[in-house]
Amino acid sequence: MIFTVLIPLLLACFVPLISKIKDKIHTGIFVFFIPLAIFLYYIQFVGSDFTTVNQTVDWIPALGINFDFYLDGLSLLFVLLISGIGALVVLYSIYYLGKGERLGHFYVYLLMFMSAMLGVVLSDNIFVLYTFWELTSISSFLLIGYWHFNERSRYGALKSMLITVFGGLSMFGAFILLSVITGTTSIQSMIEQKDIILNSTYLPFILVLLLLGAFTKSAQFPFHIWLPDAMEAPTPVSAYLHSATMVKAGLFLVARFSPIFSGYEWFFIIVSIVGIVTLCWGSYMAVRQTDLKAILAFSTISQLGMIMAMLGFGTEIAVYAAVFHILNHATFKGSLFMVAGIVDHETGTRDIRKLGGLLNFMPMTATLALFGTFSMAGVPLPFFNGFYSKELFFDSSIDLTAGISGFADFLVQVIPYLAVFGSIFTFVYSMYFFFGVFGGKKQFNLLPKKPHEAPIGMLISPIVLVLGVIIIGLFPNLVNGTFLAHAADAIKGAVTADQHIKFWHGWDSPAFMMSLIVVGIGTILTFTRKKWAGVYRFLPGKLSLFKFYDIVLDKLNSVSNGVTKQYMTGSLRLYVAIILGTTLTLTFITMGATDGFTIQFNNLSDVRIIDLSVVLIMIVAAVGTIFARHNVAIILIAGVVGYGVAVLFVIYRAPDLALTQLVIETVSVVLFLLCFYHMPKLRKRDETKRSKAVNIVISVGFGALMTIIGISAHSSKWFDSIANYFIETSYKLGGGHNIVNVILVDMRGFDTLFEITVLGIAALAIFSLIKLKKNKEAD
Amino acid sequence: MNNLLELTEQMIKISTIICVIGISISLLLLLYRALAGPSNADRAVALDGIGINLMGLAALLAIIIVTTKLNDVILLIGILLFIGTLAIAKFLEKGVIIDRNVD
Repeated sequence: MIFTVLIPLLLACFVPLISKIKDKIHTGIFVFFIPLAIFLYYIQFVGSDFTTVNQTVDWIPALGINFDFYLDGLSLLFVLLISGIGALVVLYSIYYLGKGERLGHFYVYLLMFMSAMLGVVLSDNIFVLYTFWELTSISSFLLIGYWHFNERSRYGALKSMLITVFGGLSMFGAFILLSVITGTTSIQSMIEQKDIILNSTYLPFILVLLLLGAFTKSAQFPFHIWLPDAMEAPTPVSAYLHSATMVKAGLFLVARFSPIFSGYEWFFIIVSIVGIVTLCWGSYMAVRQTDLKAILAFSTISQLGMIMAMLGFGTEIAVYAAVFHILNHATFKGSLFMVAGIVDHETGTRDIRKLGGLLNFMPMTATLALFGTFSMAGVPLPFFNGFYSKELFFDSSIDLTAGISGFADFLVQVIPYLAVFGSIFTFVYSMYFFFGVFGGKKQFNLLPKKPHEAPIGMLISPIVLVLGVIIIGLFPNLVNGTFLAHAADAIKGAVTADQHIKFWHGWDSPAFMMSLIVVGIGTILTFTRKKWAGVYRFLPGKLSLFKFYDIVLDKLNSVSNGVTKQYMTGSLRLYVAIILGTTLTLTFITMGATDGFTIQFNNLSDVRIIDLSVVLIMIVAAVGTIFARHNVAIILIAGVVGYGVAVLFVIYRAPDLALTQLVIETVSVVLFLLCFYHMPKLRKRDETKRSKAVNIVISVGFGALMTIIGISAHSSKWFDSIANYFIETSYKLGGGHNIVNVILVDMRGFDTLFEITVLGIAALAIFSLIKLKKNKEAD
Repeated sequence: MNNLLELTEQMIKISTIICVIGISISLLLLLYRALAGPSNADRAVALDGIGINLMGLAALLAIIIVTTKLNDVILLIGILLFIGTLAIAKFLEKGVIIDRNVD
C-alpha cells in the first residue's frame, strides 16, 4: 500500500525530465498511467467480502511516528475516488492544457497532490496524516496559483493557503492533545480507547480544534470563502481538488473520528448546525453568481455542507447517505466542472450572462450537463444518482431522535425545514446553470469565439463520470453492498445496506413528498428568478464574508504595522528606556517575590574621614556631569570621577588597579576630547515633561535597584572566599609576590589572553574604520 | 626615649590627618571651580590642581597605611597630569590634539 502513496511522489521527480519533450508527446499521457494503475490496484479490494488491511513501515519509531496504513471501507471509497477521478482529470487536462503551458510544473504539483491525498485517507497515524494533510494544502496552493502572472490567482492561492493552514494547525493541536491523552498515535487504538477521550477535561478543546481543521478544509461556513476564489485555478484542478477530493478531506476527517465523538452531544450540535447552515448559505449564494465556476464553487460548498450535516446526524441512515452522497457528488460535480471548462474553452467566456442557446451547437456537452445538473438538483427520476442521496438526506433529517438537551431538541425540529430550504435553492441554481448556458436565446455577438463542439478527447472524462451517474442511478445495488456498506460500516459500525434499499421506492414516504415540494417550489422560483433577485441586496448585502476577510487581513497588516511603529521608532533613547524599564520591573518583581532582598549590618567595616571625603567629591562631580551644559566641561568633570575611583583604589590598597585606572582615565579623557572636536555642540534636548519624568523614574529606579542588589549580595555570603588559596599559593606555585599579577598571568591566564584579543580586535577595528571610511568601496 | 618615639608617632598621625582634611577642603574648592568655572581654561587648571592634590593625598595615604607600594601611583599621576593638561591646553588653544602631517 505504501507504494501506491509514494509512487506519484517518486514519479513526480521524473516529470520535469519528460516534459522536455512535450512538443512531441503531451506530458499528461505519461502521467495518466499512474492514477490508472493505482485505481486498478485498489479496485481488486472491492467486493462484499472486503476485510481491512494493515501495513506498517517504520519512519520515526522512537516517537511513535510510522507510516501506518490502514485500508477500510471509508479509505477504499476515497482512494478509488482520488485515483479514479485523478486519472480522468489527467486525461481531461491533456486536451485542456495546450503544449504552450508549463506542463512540467502542472503535473508535478498534481502528482504531489495525489500522493498527499492518498496519504491522508490511508494513514492511521495521526502525525503522518497531518504531514500529508499539509502537503495537500501546499500543493493546492501551488495549483491555484498555477497562472501566477494573474493577480487573482495569487490572491486566491494565498487566501486558501492562509485559511487551510490555519485549520491544519488547529487540527495539529487536537492531534497532540489526543496523543497525549491516549498515549498512542494510531487512530484505531484511539477509537478503542474512546472512553478515556470522552471523559477527558480537554474534550471540548479537542473537538473544536479538530473540527476547525475539518471545516476549513471542507469549506464550511464561515470558512467557505476560500473556495470561490480558488476557482482561478485551471479547470482540471477545480474539478479534481475543489470538488471531488481535497475539499472532502474535512469530511473524511469528521467521518474518521466520528466513532470517537458520536456519543458526545456537542459533536452532533456543532457539526449538524455548521453543515446545515453551509448547505443553505451555499445554495442561496450560488443562485446569485454569474460565473459558471463560481456557481459550481458555491454548489460544492452547499453539497459539502449537506454531507457534513449528515455526518453530524450520525444515525445509521444518515451515515449511509453521507457516504453515498460523497460518491455521487464526486461523479456529477466532477463532470459539471469539466463541462464548465469545455464551455469556457470553446466559447471563451464563463460569464453566464453572455452565454445562452448553446444546445444546438454543443449537443454532447449539453447532454452531459443535463445529467450532471439534474442529478445535482435531485430531480426524482430513477437514473439520477443525486435523487437517491437527496432523498436519503431528507429521510435522515426526519429520522433524527430528540437529543438530551433542549437545544438539540429544538435543532431536531428545525433541521428538516432547513434541509428543504437548502434543497430548493439547489434545484434553482442547478436549473439556472443548465438553462442559462444551453437554453434561452443565442447571443453569439457577445462571445469572444464562435462556439462549436469540443474535441472528443475532452469529452471522454465527463462522459465516463456521467455514465457513473446513470449506472449508479439505475443500479444502485451495484455499489451498495460491495462498496458503500463497508464505508458506512467503518464510520458507524454494523450497517446493513439492504435495509435502506426499500426507501428508494416508497411513493408515500415523507422524503418523497419533500422531494416533490422541492421540485415544485424550485420550478416556480426558477421561472420567477428575475423578480426576487433583489433579495440579495438585503441578505448578503454589506455583510459579505469575503469583504470581512479582506478587512481582517487589511486591519491585521495595518494594526500590526502601527503597533510595530509605536515601539520601533528608531530612537535609541526609547529602546534603552524599554530595556532598562523591563529589567527594572522584572528584577524588582522577581526579587520581591522570592524574598531576595536581604540587608544586614553585622559585617560592615568602619567609615573613615578620608573615604567619606573622596566619595563626597565623586558624588558632587557625578551630579555635576548631569547639569553641565558644555561638552568639554562634561568630560573634565567626568574625569574627576575617574580619578576619584583611582584614589579609592589607592585607599583600598589596590595599587595595580589604581595605576591602570589613572592611565585609562587619562587616555579616555583625551579620546573624548578628540571626538568632541568633530561633534556638534550639545543641544538642549527637546523633551516633554512626561518623558523627562519617565527618564528620572527609570534612572533613579535603576540606581536604587543596583544599590539594593549590591547590599543584598554583600549581606548574603553563603560560602567562604577562595582568596586565601591565592594568598597562600601565589609564591609557592606562581613564583611571584604580586598576587594580582600572578592571578592575571598564571592562575587565570586564559582571561588575560582573550582580553588581549579584545584589545587587538578593537585596535584593528578602529584602524579599519578610519582607513576604509576614506574610499568608497566600503559603502 | 620611648616616650619620644610615641610622641613622634602621635604627631605624625595627627599632622597627616590634618593634612588630609586640608587637602580635602582644597579638593572641594577646586571641584567647585571645575564645576562652576566660567571658561574651560578655568576647569582645566582646576583639574590640574585636583591632580596635584591627589598626588599629595596618595602620599599621605602611603604614610597612613605604612607602605611603599603607592610611590608608583604618585609618579604616574605626575606624568599623566602633565600630559593631560598639555592635551587639554592644546585642545583649547587649537581645537586639535594631534596635528596632521602638513607636508
